[in-house]
Order: sequence, then structure tokens, then C-alpha cells
Amino acid sequence: MGVAVSVQQVEKRFGALTALAGVSLEIAEGEFFGLLGPNGAGKTTLISCLAGLARPDAGRLAVLGRDVAADYRAARRLLGVVPQELVFDPFFTVRETLAIQSGYFGIRDNDTWIDEILANLDLADKADTNMRQLSGGMKRRVLVAQALVHRPPVIVLDEPTAGVDVELRQGLWQFIRRLNGEGHTIILTTHYLEEAEALCGRIAMLQQGRVVALDSTENLLREFSCHALSLRLAGGAALPASLANLAAGQEGGAWQLRLPDFTAVERVLAALREAGIAIDDMRLSPPDLEEAFVRVMQRGRGA
Amino acid sequence: MTGFRTLLWKELLRFWKVSFQTVAAPVVTALLYLLIFSHVLDEHVQVYESVRYTAFLIPGLTMMAVLQNAFANASSSLIQSKVTGSLVFVLLPPISYLEFFLAYVTAAAIRGLLVGTGVLLVTAGFAPPGFAAPLWIVVFALLGGAIMGALGVVAGIWADKFDQLAGFQNFLILPLTMLSGVFYSIHSLPPFWQRVSHFNPVFYMIDGFRHGFFGVSDVSPLLSLAVVGGAFLVVSALSLALLKRGYKLRN
Ligand SMILES: Nc1ncnc2c1ncn2[C@@H]1O[C@H](COP(=O)(O)OP(=O)(O)O)[C@@H](O)[C@H]1O
Ligand SMILES: [Mg+2]
Repeated sequence: MGVAVSVQQVEKRFGALTALAGVSLEIAEGEFFGLLGPNGAGKTTLISCLAGLARPDAGRLAVLGRDVAADYRAARRLLGVVPQELVFDPFFTVRETLAIQSGYFGIRDNDTWIDEILANLDLADKADTNMRQLSGGMKRRVLVAQALVHRPPVIVLDEPTAGVDVELRQGLWQFIRRLNGEGHTIILTTHYLEEAEALCGRIAMLQQGRVVALDSTENLLREFSCHALSLRLAGGAALPASLANLAAGQEGGAWQLRLPDFTAVERVLAALREAGIAIDDMRLSPPDLEEAFVRVMQRGRGA
Repeated sequence: MTGFRTLLWKELLRFWKVSFQTVAAPVVTALLYLLIFSHVLDEHVQVYESVRYTAFLIPGLTMMAVLQNAFANASSSLIQSKVTGSLVFVLLPPISYLEFFLAYVTAAAIRGLLVGTGVLLVTAGFAPPGFAAPLWIVVFALLGGAIMGALGVVAGIWADKFDQLAGFQNFLILPLTMLSGVFYSIHSLPPFWQRVSHFNPVFYMIDGFRHGFFGVSDVSPLLSLAVVGGAFLVVSALSLALLKRGYKLRN
């Protein structure tokens, strides 16, 4: 597998503000990659540098080996970007918008692919509607469509589901997953962490312009989150002392335990049996990205 | 060149879809100028022998319309897409800065020429225009439209808000066109203002253009061509330099 996106020591300042403080990343072809971080972390700035919308103060970026500055034409042809801002050109219909966008990439007769995109994004019946008359969610989908007209091998989506309702989100992800299955590299930023957890194979977390975590989703979950066990004990019994080191407090009368892995459940059950404590209710939740995210950010602030 | 062609096509569609405001309205404005000025001055002013004032006025008004509309087209398209953010759609594709420049300037010149043609058509009934040297008419109309298109690109890039653009229009473009001999021959001015007018490139655009209609002008059309051609090179170089740097477009 080749390298789809390479980011080396990229720095970007806006006046006194450092938006990117030396970011390095490598994303392989075919990955579904998540770029996470709180507002202002620098995600959009990094995407702008990759797309040539912003010029980094230092460092290099390349798309499939093509430098975004020196070889900008080739790099831009390989990249499709869904911008974060909900922008549109009010003069045109959806189909005109997509035909024009195709032309910008040098593609003249693109109707077959445009129809396919429209169908997949559930926009087919809006093809001849003026952009002005579309709802926010539909405008967002047209933005996605615009990024795909030239079948870019690398697709970047900057918060594509903000303001899009659940049903449409499902449709969008189905389509993007299909593209990923066909070999397109996907880079996603989102505030919906469950979405990132479900979709992304690897994740970079940004904080104040720095990469503070970069690993497979699985490893991040293992390292920064854990199985949570919620236990309601009969008669409001206290936890046996042998389990005290796992306890993370009580919530609504139920003990909250944090388990390094799910096999620790055996230990818990054994301890309770030994102490003769019965269980009224028990719930096990798997590690989740939200917890991992919060812990990575706390660690970042502490450092 | 598909990128260039598409961008040009988009720019043409953009004004054509609202052609009532972008083409018809300026034609009507020029017609109103003609009605008022010729009514007031036709009996009293004779600029060139054998040319009635109304006839004298028409080429100037036509050129003024070409220039103002070419400027307006490029500058308003750019500022609009900058303010709404839709400029990103042209910044993401592999469109070179030269293609970008050519598309905006060509579209601007075409709008200018369309409006100019409209002005000539609706004013033809008042004083049938002579076409003494038609090649000069075409050359100066093209160059004038292109210069103002390129200047419109510069203004559209530089301005962050609509009122900055209006300032550019009111304090630069409008005085330059008004003080260029649209309504009079500069020979009728006091010597000091005559000299000042000779530093105004718009004066040469209008004088050369007018030469094409009457075969007479304040200065030689070759001098006008040299000045206007020079102005085109300077403004284009500035515009291209800004686009190449990505000034205010790619921060
Ligand atoms: N054009 C700009 N001018 C000045 N500051 C900017 C500009 N773009 C972004 N910033 C600043 O850079 C930082 C990173 O912003 P951004 O990349 O948009 O973050 P994110 O997308 O992660 O929310 C923020 O502090 C933001 O205010
Ligand atoms: Mg952002």
C-alpha cells in the first residue's frame, strides 16, 4: 500500500496564533482515517493546507506523492474536499453546480457519474432545483457531491454530518463506506465520536495544533478507555475490599467499576460470590472513543 | 483548457441569468445620460466641426458603459464569492492562476462589450454613428474592457467587504471615467486640466475609441493605443502577480 497523504512538520500561524505547531502524519492508501480534536485544534487548517487553500509557514504536504505546492495541479486532481462551511453558489441548480465543478477538473461529459452520485446521496429529485431552495442538509449533500465529481482517490470530509439528520447520515456513510471499499482513502473530521469509532480504522487526535495521539482506533480504545461495569448489589451491599481498586464511584445506587479488559468480570463475580453478595442488576459497556478522547485531551493539557 | 472554459462559462452564466440588471439596466442609464445631455447641450456645444454634440457624446457614453460594466463584472463576482465562501469551488480544482485571470477578464470584457453594443443600438436613432475607422472601435473597446476586467480582478481580490469595493468604484473608477472627456473635448479645458487629463489612461481609451467613429480625435490614435496597451500590461501584471501569490485568496 502506498502513502495517500503525507504531512511533514507542518506549521501554520495566523499572526500571533499558532494553528499548527509541527504536525506530521502519514495516511496509507485505502485507509478510513479520523482527524479528531476540539474546536480550534487545527483540523480545518490542516485540511486547508492539504488542499492548497492555505499555505503552511513550514513543512511539506503531499497527496499520493504529489507535493501540494510544487505539483499542485496533480495533487488537487487526486483530492476531493468537502469544506466545513456550508457554502453554495446561489446562481445555479444542483446539476449545473455539479457539471461546472466537473469542468473545473477538466471533465466534460460527466452525466453518468453525476447521476450516480445524486442517486446515492438521495438528491436525484432535486437535480434541477436551484441551490437557494435547498434545505441545509441538502446543501451539505451537494457539497459532498461536488467533492466527488472527479472521482478523487483521496476524499476529505470536514464535519460532513453537521446539521444532517440521522437517516441521511446513514445514507451518506453507506456511500462513503462503499467508496472506501472500492479503494478510496477517506479522511474524516467529526464531532460525533461514535461515528468516528464506527467508521475509522485509525485516528489522529489534535490539540492546539499538535498531534497528541495517533493510533488504530482499537489501540486507542484499549489504551485510553476500558470496559465499564455497573453493579447494583442486593440490599445496597458495599463492594468487597478486594474490588476497591476497580471502583470508580457510585451512581444512582449502582457501583461503577472500570475493568482493564472483559476477562476481569470473572474476578469480580468470584469476589462477590465469595463474599456472599447477590447481584440485583449488572451492565457491561465496552470501551468507547468518547472516554478515550477525553482522557487524551486531559493528558495533553496536563503535559 | 477545460478549466478555463468552464470558469469562463460560469462567469458568463452568472451575469446572463440576471441580464436585466447586468445588461439592460446600464443600457438604459446610458440612454438617460444621452437624453439629458443632448437636450441641454446639443444647441450650444460643438466639439468638432461637422460633428453634432449628440453624435460626439455617443461613443464616450458607450465606452463608459463598457468600462464600468467590465469592472463591475469581475469585481462583484469575486467579492461575492469571497464573502459567501463559494470561491472555494474554484480554489480547490487544478485551475492555474493564468486560467483564472483569463476567464474573469474575458467574461468581464464580454459583458462590457454586450452593454456597449446595446448602448450603440439604442442610441443609433438619435444620431446615426459614422464608422470612420471601425478597427479602432474594436481595438479600443476590447482593450478597455480587458483593462477594467483586470482592474476588477485586482479590486475584487483586495476588497474584503462590499463597501470597500464601492469606495474603489466611487473614488477611482468614477472620477477617472468622468474626467476623461466623455462629455467634452479636453481642448475645451483650461491648460492645467488638459495636462492632468493626459495622465488619465481612460482619456486615451475614450479618445481612441471616438477616433474610430469620427476619424478625428484630441490626440493621435497611435498614441492612445500605446498608452492603453501599456495600461493593459501594467494592470494585468499586477493582477497576475496577486493571483500567483494567492494574495487574500490562499492565506
Ligand atoms: N483565516 C484565519 N485567520 C485567523 N485565524 C484563523 C484562521 N483560520 C483558523 N484560525 C484559527 O486557527 C485555529 C485553528 O482553527 P481550525 O483549523 O478551524 O480548527 P478546527 O477545525 O480544529 O476547529 C483557531 O484558533 C482559529 O481561530
Ligand atoms: Mg474545523
